[in-house]
Amino acid sequence: MLSVAIFVPLLGAVALLVARSLSERSARLAALAAAAVPLVVMIAAWVAFDGNGDGAFELVESVPWIPTLGVGYKVGVDGVSLPLAAMTALLFLAAIAYPADRRGRPRQYFAAFLFLEAASLGVFLALDLFLFYVFFDVSLVGMYFLIAVWGHGDAPRSALKFFLYTLAGSLAMLLAILGLYLASEPRTFDMAALIDQQPLRGGGLGAALVFLGFTVGLGVKTPIVPFHTWLPPAHVDAPAPASAILAGVLLKMGTYGFIRIVLSMMPDTFRRFALPLAIAAVVSIVYGALVALAQTNLKRLVAYSSVNHMGYVILGVAAAAAGMPDDPDAARLALNGATLEMVAHGLITGALFLLVGSVWSRAGTYELDRFGGLAGRAPAMTGATVVAAFASLGLPGLAGFVAEFQVFAGAFAIYPVLAGVGLLGIVVTAAVFLRMLQRVFLGPLPERWASWHDLSRTEVAALGPLVALVVAIGVAPAWVLDVIDAATGALVGT
Amino acid sequence: MGDAGMGHGGMDMPVGSVAPEIVLVVGAVVVLVFALFAPRRAQAGAAVLALVTLGVAGVASAVMLRGPQPLTFFDTYAADDAAVWAKLVVLGVAAVVVALSVEWFAGDARHGEYYTLLLLSTLGAVVLASAADLMAVILGVLLSSVTGYVLAAYHRTDARSGEAGIKYYLLGALTNAAMVYGAVLLFGLGATTTLLGLQGSLAGADRLALVAGAALFVLGLAFKLGAVPAHPWVPDVADGAPAPAAAFLTVAPKVGALVALGRLAMALPEDRVGWRLLVAVLAAATMTLGNLAALWQDDVRRLLGWSSVSQAGYGLMAVVALGRSDMAVASLLYFLAAYAAANLAAFAVVVELRGRADRAGYAGLASAQPVLALVLVLAFLSLVGVPPLAGFTAKVLLFAATVDAGYTWLAVLAVANSVLSLAYYLRVLAPSYFEPLAAPVPVLGRWAKTAAVTCAVAVVTLGVLAEGPLDAQRAARLLPG
Repeated sequence: MLSVAIFVPLLGAVALLVARSLSERSARLAALAAAAVPLVVMIAAWVAFDGNGDGAFELVESVPWIPTLGVGYKVGVDGVSLPLAAMTALLFLAAIAYPADRRGRPRQYFAAFLFLEAASLGVFLALDLFLFYVFFDVSLVGMYFLIAVWGHGDAPRSALKFFLYTLAGSLAMLLAILGLYLASEPRTFDMAALIDQQPLRGGGLGAALVFLGFTVGLGVKTPIVPFHTWLPPAHVDAPAPASAILAGVLLKMGTYGFIRIVLSMMPDTFRRFALPLAIAAVVSIVYGALVALAQTNLKRLVAYSSVNHMGYVILGVAAAAAGMPDDPDAARLALNGATLEMVAHGLITGALFLLVGSVWSRAGTYELDRFGGLAGRAPAMTGATVVAAFASLGLPGLAGFVAEFQVFAGAFAIYPVLAGVGLLGIVVTAAVFLRMLQRVFLGPLPERWASWHDLSRTEVAALGPLVALVVAIGVAPAWVLDVIDAATGALVGT
Repeated sequence: MGDAGMGHGGMDMPVGSVAPEIVLVVGAVVVLVFALFAPRRAQAGAAVLALVTLGVAGVASAVMLRGPQPLTFFDTYAADDAAVWAKLVVLGVAAVVVALSVEWFAGDARHGEYYTLLLLSTLGAVVLASAADLMAVILGVLLSSVTGYVLAAYHRTDARSGEAGIKYYLLGALTNAAMVYGAVLLFGLGATTTLLGLQGSLAGADRLALVAGAALFVLGLAFKLGAVPAHPWVPDVADGAPAPAAAFLTVAPKVGALVALGRLAMALPEDRVGWRLLVAVLAAATMTLGNLAALWQDDVRRLLGWSSVSQAGYGLMAVVALGRSDMAVASLLYFLAAYAAANLAAFAVVVELRGRADRAGYAGLASAQPVLALVLVLAFLSLVGVPPLAGFTAKVLLFAATVDAGYTWLAVLAVANSVLSLAYYLRVLAPSYFEPLAAPVPVLGRWAKTAAVTCAVAVVTLGVLAEGPLDAQRAARLLPG
């Protein structure tokens, strides 16, 4: 069943490329249909998911692929990957539906999105490291073309930077994967087998190098400061729906890798190096927030807030790794928070980037000081942005709060000082978003925006589910947390 | 002569073990005779004859898979799986080059003879793939070189083609002579020229003389491989030679030479000559130099030439791991096929674009020729090592084998080089997708386009269906014992 979620978008992408006579309208409808299938599959998977707490992978589909090398096509879900994959399917549907300037190449535009969707879902569903890497790397190609062809500003250059940086990260991770693979006996890329074997349990230089490879590789993708420099240009110059996917989905591949691979397959080594990683996370939190505060460009502001939020996730994961043996309950709390933060941030930042795209399509600029007073002209746009921004700054009752509360509650028990410093980031983030809301939506309306029109029906339809979920998870998080908790409990060994 | 006591090969001379070679010789003669007597308008028939020859040679090779004995002809010639696979790759490369040549040379008065040269050059690479004796290696290198010089200079009225041929020839003469000296030294030290015999008899050889002999001999193979320090001919040939000949010369000899180098390495006593580190340094220098030189090339053909230098560096990683990692031989053989498919695909696009070399001339290619642009994307991404293309699986194998052999630093360097290579490949891809069409794009014809698409399909299928070749190569060895 899960394979359908990967291969329907993939086949859709191929079909769109081949069908030369398709109009923009039918291409869009076809893409929406192909993107709806994974969402239906993920909802069905959610219903079918058992989550009895033993952390086992469910709904597994497995076919030998390159048995000579111990490679298999194997997909499945657990409590960590299921919510992420579901969020991915939803966000892609919204992004594909969202209006965008398709530059006269609608078929290729939608094909690139569907291709990227297949790769993204593949990353979260893969249960084989080789397969995981294939999807992880292929996603770069899709995003490269999306930014370069349909972006604005200095798009080809930003796309090139994105591709080079993240490929360097990917290849560093490939070496680390090979390190794990070579240490396994019998040699295998199967995740469940590797989790079982714990091939680098002995520690030593080899384990440290493998950890380094994963940290660089996943750290570039996440991104963790100082590996973040590819992010602002890529996010700003990408078309808004692609920015939403980049921040909402692709960044999660990095943090997901930390949980799925590093925390699961080499927890001892992770524990040894958890502190430096936690420090880097706090630096990302504070630095991301401060730089966001200094932005005069709306889209860069949202982009840097991603650096800040991914810092929360890494802090949660690092704290969980450090706390696992002595304080499993705190570790579990931190890991639950980190996982939920991935889902919440995906929804929130996805919505924010789509909204920024709506602003761009109406104004053609991102400069904050050219705006003001839009609340009166565009109540729906204001409302959606307010909910997303408040969720992002961690207002109770919204998804971000639930996640960040758990991250910090867990981290305080394990790294009290670091967690304390990290809280500063939340304060600064609050300032970032409040200032943004004030400058864009409040105050006097500039003359040139007198005819500003509110969100269209399409935009509302795409944003609605995202915003609704942000509220729903904020008010009643149990239905997601229970799923996550089923996996994290087994991960931290409680 | 081989040591009768080793018993790895037969003492007989089974003609069947050289059936592919015989087919190529006969085919070359038939094509020559045909070209002499056929009228001008029928010269393309020589291409068909060449394809038939290659097909028959391919069948004759394939039936030798899983053969009973690894060495034959008194241990001088290998009939093992590694030889068969390398031969199949070389023959496949030659077949694609024939397809690329039909329209390219259509107006050439010496169109028919060209295929004779191509078949004989193929024979040289095929001999290299099987050579298990210093003299056989020399035979293969010389045959491949002599024909290669002519192929490179085949447009004799074109100054650049002539220059490419001359440069190729001068460097070839130098390195081939060095190689013969090396063979003399090794023969003097080991009292035999078979690799199997040398494996035993070099154990107590004088260290300095052994290093000198091995280094001189390797120089000749490095020339064929396009590896440092014998690489300078590659960009000139890639740029100046007729584009189909350039495609052939940057791929086919490499396939044979890398296998031959691997066999030679297995014959050298590691405690007397630190060949592993030496090859690792050569690999590092080759991949880095090739990539740095390619970085700012605005001539796409020179860029492909330098890229093929860097690829030779990756291939050498497999040699570094020989005997230390059980993935080494498979990585070597698989890499050769993956490299051949991707490099040929890229050159095939250049041929189909009538040899278009200027990078600016690729602007808007995707809108004028979407299929060719896609072939170029697949070829370049495979050379970078992006999954699920053949080049990716090749790099996974090479990296794994290198790390397994304890040369992690080389794998890290190869990673850095792979990132670097993406930068210059994108310098060609980006304008073809993101810039408007600058001028109409004349193309060559159906044969070349079919060849390009075939190679691209090979790049994808070899990557996705890697199990087939890898399972078959699993048991391959380069030298018994």
